[in-house]
Amino acid sequence: MNKIKLLTNGLIKENPVLVLVLGTCPALAVTTSVFNALGMGLATTFVLLMSNMLISMLKNVIPDKVRIPSFILVIATFVSIVDLVIQGFIPALSASLGIFIPLIVVNCIVLGRAEAFASKNSVFDSILDGIGMGIGFTFAISIIAFFRELLGSGAIFSHKIIPFDGILVFVLAPGAFIVYGFTIAAVKWLQKS
Amino acid sequence: MGKKESSLLQLILSLTIITCIAAIALSIVYLITKEPIENSQQKKKNDAIAQVLPDFKGETKEQKILIEGDKDSVAVYVAYQDNILYGAAVETYTDLAFSGRFSIMVGFDNEGNIIETQVLQANETPGLGDKIDKEKDDFPNQFIGKNPTQLAVKLKKDGGEIDAITAATISSHAFCDAVQRASNAFLIIKQNQDE
Repeated sequence: MNKIKLLTNGLIKENPVLVLVLGTCPALAVTTSVFNALGMGLATTFVLLMSNMLISMLKNVIPDKVRIPSFILVIATFVSIVDLVIQGFIPALSASLGIFIPLIVVNCIVLGRAEAFASKNSVFDSILDGIGMGIGFTFAISIIAFFRELLGSGAIFSHKIIPFDGILVFVLAPGAFIVYGFTIAAVKWLQKS
Repeated sequence: MGKKESSLLQLILSLTIITCIAAIALSIVYLITKEPIENSQQKKKNDAIAQVLPDFKGETKEQKILIEGDKDSVAVYVAYQDNILYGAAVETYTDLAFSGRFSIMVGFDNEGNIIETQVLQANETPGLGDKIDKEKDDFPNQFIGKNPTQLAVKLKKDGGEIDAITAATISSHAFCDAVQRASNAFLIIKQNQDE
C-alpha cells in the first residue's frame, strides 16, 4: 500500500470524527475553544501513535483470546502517562480539559485503530496510520472549535476578534451538535464535488 | 489471523507480563512528574491566596476547620502580621452547585469583611454559571466589602442583597453558600484567637 496514502487517509477520506463518526464525545465536549481542541488533539495523537506502534509490535506475541484486554492496558498506560505529564508541565491545559484527558482511554478511535489496523499491519504502517488519524482528529475538532469559539464568544485563542458578546447557544452543548452537523455536511459536499 | 490456540498458561503469562511492564512504566513517569505536579498545585494555591489577600506579604498558617453538619473540612490560611491577626484566605466549597462541587478561595480582613474571591475549580455551565469567575462577570464583585459574619450573604429572592446571575440562579445560590461557609470557618478561627 502507498505510504503517503496511509498518512493522508485520516485527514479527509477516513477522517475519524467527520467520516467514521468515532470519538464524538471529545469532539462535542472540548471544542469550546481552539486551545482546548488543539491540546486534546495532540494528546490523542500521542496516545494513538504510541499505542498503534506498541500493539503492532506485540501483535504476534499477544494471544488472540486476550488481545482486547491487552490493547486496553496498553492504551490506558499511555493515557495515564499523558495525563500525568500534562498535570505536571501544562497545568493550564489540565485545568481546562479536566476529566476528558483520562477519558481518552474510552475514545473509540484509539481502540478502533488498534483492532482494525495496528493488529494487522506492520509497525511502520501503524505509526503512519496513528499519526494520520491523530492529525485528522486534531484537524476536525479544531475546525469545530474554531466556529464555536468565533460564534460563541467572538474570539479565537481567547483573543477578541469580533466585538460582540457572542451567541450563547454555540458555547453550550446544542451548539456543538449544530456545528458538528454542518461540518460533516460540508465534508460530504466537498467529497462529492 | 489464523493463530493457533493458546494454552491457559500462555494467556496468563502474556497478560501478567504486559501488566508488569505497564506498572513499571507508570511508576517511572509518576516519579518524574510527582514534583512538578505538587509544585504547580502549590503555586496555584499560593497565587490564589495572594490574589484574595493582595496587600498581605508573608507566610500564612494552614488550619483545617470542620463546621458542624458539613461533610468536609475547609482549609483556612490564616495571615498574621507582627503577631496580630491580619485576615485569612479560606479555601471553601459548595455542594449546591449546578454540576458537581466547586471550590473557591475567599479572602477576609481581620473583621471578617470580604476582600476578594477567586474561583479555584468549577464545572459550571460555560456562558451561564461560569460567571461566578470575576474575570467573566461582575457578579462576584458584589461580595467585596460585605461582612457575612454579621449579615448572611443571600440572594435577593431569599431576602438578601445579592443580585443573582441571569439564568444561573443555582450557581449564584451555591456561590453564596460557599462564601457563607468560608465566613463561618473564619469566625471560628477568630473566636479561638480572641479567647
